[in-house]
Amino acid sequence: MSVFNAIDEERDIDVNEFTPSLEPQATWCPGCGDFGVLKALKQAMPEVGRTPDETLLVTGIGCSGKLSSYFQSYGFHSIHGRSLPVARAAKLANPDLEVIAAGGDGDGYGIGGNHFMHTARENHDMTYIVFDNEIFGLTKGQTSPTSPKGHKSKTQPRGNAKSPIRPLSLSLTSGATYVARTAAVNPNQAKEILAEAMEHDGFAHVDFLTQCPTWNKDAKQYVPYIDVQDSDDYDFDVHDRREAMEAMHDAEDALYEGKVLTGRFYVNDERPSYQQEKQSTGDMPETPLAERYFDDDYEWERSYDFLDRHK
Amino acid sequence: MTDDELIWRIAGGSGDGIDSTSQNFAKALMRAGLHVFTHRHYPSRIRGGHTYVEIRAADHEVKSRGDNYNFLLALGDSFARNPQEEAYYGNEEIKPLSENLDELREGGVIIYDSGLLDTDDIPDFDERVEENNWHVFDLDLRGLAKEHGREVMRNTAGVGATCAIIDLDLEIVEELMSEAMPEKILEPNLEILRESYEDVKENYDTDVGVTVPESEHDEEQILISGSHGIAYGAIDEGCRFISGYPMTPWTDVFTIMTQHLPDLGGISEQVEDEIAAASLAIGASHAGAKAMSGSSGGGFALMSEPLGLAEITETPIVLVESMRAGPSTGMPTKPEQGDLEHVLYTSQGDSNRVVFAPGDARESYIQTRKAFELAYNYQIPSIILYDQKLSGGHETVTESTFDREPNPDIGEVVTEEDIEQGERLAGRFKRYRYDGEDGVSPRSLPGQKGGNFLASGNEHNEAGHISEDPDNRVTQMDRRMEKLDAIRDELDAMDESHQTVYGDEDADYAILNFGSTKGAVEEAVDMLNEDGHSVKAMNVSDMVPFPKNEVNSFLEGVDEALVVEMNATAQFRRHIQAATGKHGDKLFSLLKYDGNPFEPTDVVDGFEARLDGSAEPAHNTRIESATGD
Ligand SMILES: Cc1ncc(C[n+]2csc(CCOP(=O)(O)OP(=O)(O)O)c2C)c(N)n1
Ligand code: SF4
Repeated sequence: MSVFNAIDEERDIDVNEFTPSLEPQATWCPGCGDFGVLKALKQAMPEVGRTPDETLLVTGIGCSGKLSSYFQSYGFHSIHGRSLPVARAAKLANPDLEVIAAGGDGDGYGIGGNHFMHTARENHDMTYIVFDNEIFGLTKGQTSPTSPKGHKSKTQPRGNAKSPIRPLSLSLTSGATYVARTAAVNPNQAKEILAEAMEHDGFAHVDFLTQCPTWNKDAKQYVPYIDVQDSDDYDFDVHDRREAMEAMHDAEDALYEGKVLTGRFYVNDERPSYQQEKQSTGDMPETPLAERYFDDDYEWERSYDFLDRHK
Repeated sequence: MTDDELIWRIAGGSGDGIDSTSQNFAKALMRAGLHVFTHRHYPSRIRGGHTYVEIRAADHEVKSRGDNYNFLLALGDSFARNPQEEAYYGNEEIKPLSENLDELREGGVIIYDSGLLDTDDIPDFDERVEENNWHVFDLDLRGLAKEHGREVMRNTAGVGATCAIIDLDLEIVEELMSEAMPEKILEPNLEILRESYEDVKENYDTDVGVTVPESEHDEEQILISGSHGIAYGAIDEGCRFISGYPMTPWTDVFTIMTQHLPDLGGISEQVEDEIAAASLAIGASHAGAKAMSGSSGGGFALMSEPLGLAEITETPIVLVESMRAGPSTGMPTKPEQGDLEHVLYTSQGDSNRVVFAPGDARESYIQTRKAFELAYNYQIPSIILYDQKLSGGHETVTESTFDREPNPDIGEVVTEEDIEQGERLAGRFKRYRYDGEDGVSPRSLPGQKGGNFLASGNEHNEAGHISEDPDNRVTQMDRRMEKLDAIRDELDAMDESHQTVYGDEDADYAILNFGSTKGAVEEAVDMLNEDGHSVKAMNVSDMVPFPKNEVNSFLEGVDEALVVEMNATAQFRRHIQAATGKHGDKLFSLLKYDGNPFEPTDVVDGFEARLDGSAEPAHNTRIESATGD
């Protein structure tokens, strides 16, 4: 008998299902933006219609990486920067799973930058949430790839000589098909965007602005933000690559000038996901690979049949 | 020289088709009823540059490339003709002839392509021929090939001439060519083959004393490399997911698997680096697939952290480490056994993994299957450690080695009914609760109702939550480590041990070795015992958990043991001492790390040099005594 019977299409899903019943003490600092991500994610789940048991959340290391501890679903708390490769393969092995990867800006744009670029390029069908607090939180406040130029920390005492990374444009140029930015201080938008990202058929990247009141005094929660979709000043077509790129450039320039632009920046519904591409070249089975190990009727082929060519 | 074996060396430029020609010829010799062993020498260059493949064939089992060789087919290097290259590398064209003479046995045969090679360019050629009593055939192979087809077909002309001299039934070769070649090039090749054969038969004296004996196999044979053994073992064991990044020689396994997996409903992923490769294998396995990855030295170094992640999250995976000479990029195309300690200890914390080092292609198949079985039954990473020599060299293996039974079992997974009824479900599923005997706690797979849990690279409690509680830490640590004892018990209870003891049990002297040195050592044991010594050998495959009792009883009663390994620091000898806690007074090392594998005579010389000083250790080998106990 199959071990996978859970997929339960028509069921009302309650937000509380995603809260562990024996909840571990969340070890985030009071006022940390990470609480906002957790809340938005829980609230997005019923909209997507996936239960905790159908969901796999893979996290990296950092304060952000602890998300999987406080969110009830299948979880994999992996290693620093490597949530994406773990998540990618789980999705390939069992495409029925709702796969979400999450980590910090250090985790995702620093040590895991290579994986970020390639996962976006391949357009894996998954959601990637980056907790962007412009700082290394868990290791106590070092400069991160999104820290502003001139930022001072123990590792950059004379001020950061590097310009920050541009995550939205990087994501778009790498191949992501859904790119958005939201913020912990805007829970409604955050929930909506996360739900949309999960429903998107391809690599959805959400740069999630969070505050780190402990290490980053320039925390963005005090800054007014503008939803680019609600504002008449930002009239661009999210489906148009070039227009999206321009909007991203504006958003990325403005961020360090104190203006926070959030919302959807790019949506491409046309490009097939990696899984679809792989299936179309015959490189991936139609039914989930993982299920096959429990299918009693499946005929396992043997290497014996290849031996002929060596005789 | 012995006339009961043929060691045929085909030499030319890389990219000249030496590989495919030699593969076909090796198969032809196997079909003629002989045992075959091949050795591939290649420079770290894709086109041009001197390269050769050696095929040893005999009516008895052949376990190594042997000592020196007795038949040279020198084809010349067609890629070395540009003057710029010549300025860099010298006259490469003649290298396939000039570079190979030192190892040609007395009385051996030389065929050289007079269409490309000029013996006038080689000083002392005629003198050496006379001195060594070599039989020389100067044939315009290139001319013949050009006449009937294209210049590159001179390989075929060389094979035809070889068959005429060694008296091999041409039909076998013809049949093989028909199977291997596309229609378009088959006809000209067959013409070239026959014409060359007949030319030699008619115009030359072929009674030169180098032939192959008539023989027949008792059982059907196949000709495969260690990499095929690993790939086919994985496939039979139900592995349907592989992720990797190219690196010589690991690429062999990766490409063989990639060639087959899509047809078997599997998935192969070439990814951005080795950290990703190992992480993908973990992700796929976590989701419920049988998965593998692998690399060679430098790439395996990058896998260090994911390897530890698999250990602590108890995610079953199989990793392959195909050793080449290090450190760093080292010598990409040369074998060494210098990564043993790297594989034993890499990654932070106490290592908790299974490591097997198969000694030949047959063992590669068998031990890969076992490695998967243990990985999935015990939820632990297994590593197959082998080297460039075993990776590319082909050898005959009896077809019955290959079990007909596929095994898609992924180990203990609870059902949704179990979860619903079981006490493991209080809050989150208690994935890491210990209620078994061997350290294994059944897992649930993502997608199962009620089975959600957290797999964490941090130390965690039963439900997977991060925990730094001292008592929990000890419980979890002990449980994970306990698996290795259970695995050792299981390995000891098997009908056939992975360790191979060779020679007389009561011998006075022992040789210990691991991995691909197996064949050369066994042949050396035969030679030594024929010379009146009393020697036995053990090839150890189980690196972790170590077969302590087997090794102890093997060493009991011997005066001394020589540990033969291909590295400079005696890593295997130290591993034996560490694992058994003794034998320091008995063990001596014979080390070789010049990029070439041990030949049987290297071992014989080392033995005699150590035992009674009657010989010098062979060139580039070193003897060293153990220190401490
Ligand atoms: C390979 C490796 N290098 C370094 C670390 C140490 N480390 C843990 S978290 C972290 C940075 C986390 O910063 P970020 O990803 O921005 O997440 P945050 O804590 O701010 O949420 C680092 C460097 C590690 N765990 N592993
Ligand atoms: S250090 Fe910063 S990011 Fe980490 S929990 Fe505290 S506030 Fe949040």
